[in-house]
Amino acid sequence: MFSLKQNSWFIRKVVIWRAVASIAWSVLLLPVTAAVFVLLSRFSLFHPIQWISDCTSLLAASSTVFSLVVLCGVVLITGFFNLEFYTLVPAIPCSRMALLGTVLHPRQCVHSLVYCTMGMLVMWCASVTIGGRYSTLGTPCRQSESGEVVTCLNEYHLFILLAGAFMGYSHSFLGVVQNMYYVSFQPIQQYKYPRFKGCLPMVVKCSVIQALYSARNFAAFYFFFGYAPKTWISSTLNLQIDSSIQPLDSLTGLLDFSLLYHLSISGTFLYLTWYLTVLLFRICVTEAYSFPVQSTFTEDAEQSLPKVLAEKNTLVMKFLALQDLALLSHHSLSRRLEVFSLSQPGGHAHNWNAISRECLSLLSELTQRLVAHQDAVASNGRVKSQSASSDTRSASSSSSVVSGTEDIAETPRLSVPLRTPGSVFKSSVGGANNALTAPFTPDVNSPFSSPAIRRLVGQQDRQSPCFGTEQSPHIMRRGPKLWSASTESQSSGSPPASPATVPSPPAASQKPSFLAQWLQNRREQVKSFLAKRVLIMYLFNKLPEASSQALFADSQAHIWALQGLSHLVAASFSEDQFGVVQTTLPNVLSCLVVLLEAVDRHFKLPHASSKPVRTICSMGDSTYKTLRFALRAALKTAIYKITTTFGEHLNAVNISTEHRKRLQQFLEFKD
Amino acid sequence: FCTLVKILCVSGWLQPCDLPSPQFTRDTLKGHSRPESSSRSAFLDQRDTLWMRSAGAWRDAGLYGLLDEITNSAEEVPRFLAVGSACVLALLRWASSFHGSLFPHLTLSSDEMVAEFSQMLDWSDSALRSFAWHPHTDKFAVALLDDSIRIYKSNSSATPTLKHRCQRSVCALQWKPLCGSALAVACQSCLLIWHVDPTSLSTRPSSGCAQVLSHPGHSPITSIAWSPTGSLLVSASPVDTAMMVWDVAAESAVPLQRVGGGGVTYLSWSPDGSRLLAATPSALFRVWETRMWTCERWPCLKGSCQVRKLRKLSITVFELMYAFIYFFKLTFFSQTSWDPRGERLAVLLKGDSQAVNHPSVIAVFKTRSSPVFELLPCGFVMGEAGAEPRFMQFHPHFQHGALLTVCWSDGRISHVPFYFSSAGLLGGDSPQQALASNTADHSSNKLYTEQIS
Repeated sequence: MFSLKQNSWFIRKVVIWRAVASIAWSVLLLPVTAAVFVLLSRFSLFHPIQWISDCTSLLAASSTVFSLVVLCGVVLITGFFNLEFYTLVPAIPCSRMALLGTVLHPRQCVHSLVYCTMGMLVMWCASVTIGGRYSTLGTPCRQSESGEVVTCLNEYHLFILLAGAFMGYSHSFLGVVQNMYYVSFQPIQQYKYPRFKGCLPMVVKCSVIQALYSARNFAAFYFFFGYAPKTWISSTLNLQIDSSIQPLDSLTGLLDFSLLYHLSISGTFLYLTWYLTVLLFRICVTEAYSFPVQSTFTEDAEQSLPKVLAEKNTLVMKFLALQDLALLSHHSLSRRLEVFSLSQPGGHAHNWNAISRECLSLLSELTQRLVAHQDAVASNGRVKSQSASSDTRSASSSSSVVSGTEDIAETPRLSVPLRTPGSVFKSSVGGANNALTAPFTPDVNSPFSSPAIRRLVGQQDRQSPCFGTEQSPHIMRRGPKLWSASTESQSSGSPPASPATVPSPPAASQKPSFLAQWLQNRREQVKSFLAKRVLIMYLFNKLPEASSQALFADSQAHIWALQGLSHLVAASFSEDQFGVVQTTLPNVLSCLVVLLEAVDRHFKLPHASSKPVRTICSMGDSTYKTLRFALRAALKTAIYKITTTFGEHLNAVNISTEHRKRLQQFLEFKD
Repeated sequence: FCTLVKILCVSGWLQPCDLPSPQFTRDTLKGHSRPESSSRSAFLDQRDTLWMRSAGAWRDAGLYGLLDEITNSAEEVPRFLAVGSACVLALLRWASSFHGSLFPHLTLSSDEMVAEFSQMLDWSDSALRSFAWHPHTDKFAVALLDDSIRIYKSNSSATPTLKHRCQRSVCALQWKPLCGSALAVACQSCLLIWHVDPTSLSTRPSSGCAQVLSHPGHSPITSIAWSPTGSLLVSASPVDTAMMVWDVAAESAVPLQRVGGGGVTYLSWSPDGSRLLAATPSALFRVWETRMWTCERWPCLKGSCQVRKLRKLSITVFELMYAFIYFFKLTFFSQTSWDPRGERLAVLLKGDSQAVNHPSVIAVFKTRSSPVFELLPCGFVMGEAGAEPRFMQFHPHFQHGALLTVCWSDGRISHVPFYFSSAGLLGGDSPQQALASNTADHSSNKLYTEQIS
């Protein structure tokens, strides 16, 4: 995955350095947060002077410096994980099973393990800093019967360490559930420092709330299961358990105000360290980058805006290029003039042609995706045959529109294989589950995934025993209907969907006779039996809105393309000296109107226009849930921008009558 | 000055085109007689347990209410608790009074604050609460005393009425530019975005057509401003030092915080969308640059030296215009409005409510921004006897010149046309056209521009 990214100059020259800068800033912030943590952890109301002097001496102590070095290591690893896992297009699990698969994926398991370790490390540093009864794992104690001094297990230290591991795991888990690694772009541009300052209160609040929740959950967890790690540690390390002290896995032991205070303070410190790293990474990576519209030298040609827009492999570069396009079309007269300029020998409008072609292909790709989805989703919510949708796709991709933008859906999944629940099941869950989950995995079998992905997954599948079930053309969207759909004749001759219930699929396909009939009936019975189980239905039911969200997951790119295109076209009314935009104006208008029709029809589908519940204070970004509304608004604004600028002149533009009617509505502000 | 000014008293009300000019009286509209929290006075007093009362006080009035309740029921709680809460309460009151002495507007109640900072004069007394023209079509929205909003269109008798549970004390309205349907409403507790389908014949759009945008600590909202491209909405509250930049479709906000000034009361975008003016309750305003969202502070001292100071700074025409407007507004004018072509400036001069002969009037100026900025007096607009102007706004795209819409104190909305040809087109006003329209429509009271030599 990383080698694929390495090819791009942009990753090497820009993204890596931005990540390094964000990590450097997080490391620089570490002493500050550590100092605040020391002040709060040693807080005593009645001895303020002693408190201050204690803290200053502690901050200069060698143990604190060592802790800081350890914490720097933690920040470095966190920063590396941010760079490795970040995504601009969130993976949206379409069912709870898919989500479960993502959580159980080996890569995610490694991630959780690393975060558990880091949590323990941070908590170890915190316990050393707090000192007192938390500082070491072993404490000298006196045995009650013999009276000799032996080393006992310090349960407070263990408690804090386990809390670190718990918080690390919950951070890693919530990272998947809340799409922590999804990086969204702000609607307005700000310099890094004001943006950081504006976000800081939110991050502190989030970490406090998250720490309190985790502390509560961990206390409950320790109350029920605390006995196991305690005895295990004491037996492996040969430490005694001091029976004179109240054990912590009891109600009275847990109701210790000082313990809970220190637990939540250390938890806040832990979360704040991680959240600040994430925040700084987001701020640095989403900073606008200005690409030259025209390259002066041939070696810089690949860095010019038209070339970069056509780039497919580096998603972050494509996004930043589209953002730059939207900004230049809005704010910069001189760069707009460069877009409208003609090439010096030959007099071709290469810049405008390349830019408009890329934007239009991006938008028409979205139109096709929406149309395919609408074709696929019949009125009863069932997906029709896959072949129909792939036919439209191949037909359209062979048409004049360059289908290069399909890769925008493909690229993130290539670069982040973790996010592909389809592959999750093949590698982690067993073969029997594969057949069950395959119809629900959104990325592979959903009608809007590109054939390239299916090919890709197919290639991966060759190693797995039940390759071919993926290719089953009958995919069901909703649980109960799902099971009955594949009883129809299967022209591809793929094996039946459930190998667990079908002992010999090849035999069945060879002899379409009584045996096959019987097998199908049996399968029906098993499926209807499974469909009645509540747990299975719970796991496999489609989450509402999920398919709609997944369709528009990368729509930030489309929004920028719409803004850039509409502003450039509107500006061309007065700024385009050579009339380069005129030639493409009919294309632009018809593309926008067709997209508008597709979007309007999509919003008539069930669940498409329902608003998501707003999450209060979480570090995970939920912008992707409302992208479809933002896209619709941006699309209408883009059309209005063009119609109000051109006004009656639009009648001279050569477009079809239906589109003209639609545009007339916009001219009269009736839409 | 007086020799240059010709006073035209507008008495009859014949409307240009067929724009509706409705009238609302206070009697037909029933406002909310009392706020919700005070409804307890209608019920008999009943003694609950201390817990119940404390929980209720916490829910109704927050920390203040809780402390107050504990202090008041000293005989039921332990002594140290009562004394402690009394001390904390005193400390809080002292701190808030100190804060209030720095920013006097913070001591006002929510309704008083809206009345103070609303663009509508005598907001609390008026039947009309707010008014907004659609930027592209002949339709306008009016907020009324009973917290409903009506939408009037030319050539249409259907007047949709918008009502929503959260729509209380409407302070400002603005239509979204480059959109046919979206109307932003600044309410006491939140921001509402209505999506009123222009083709629909329904007279009562359901509250499902409205998006509710709210942010903790950001209420009451007294000013809203859409960016000219329609992509962003900025809202301001006098109690919040941060102004919110909303991405309305995504329902997410970016707070832009600057501490000085104690709040933001008024927002206005420059026509090209590159700058945003944000006024504060103190003698200070800011001009935001909207590319990277950085701001400049503009202190607003009283006195004429300020104008000289403004002139010394190297600033653009827009800033100069806004500085003038804001400066005038602070000193002796209460409201200014510029017509979209930048050729007429209307200024609402606030009258003296005690004196009989000093009603509020609207003064109209002719302006020119090139080659040098000029401001020439042009005339006054007065209402019927007893009616005073409360609010005014220019029609955003009147073909034959400028059209000023005025909301009067008697609940009437009227339209005052100014017929002229744009200076940019003909190099001056065309007397022929003025004459032609004069002969065509003798009975109408049109305010012709003064030819000033």
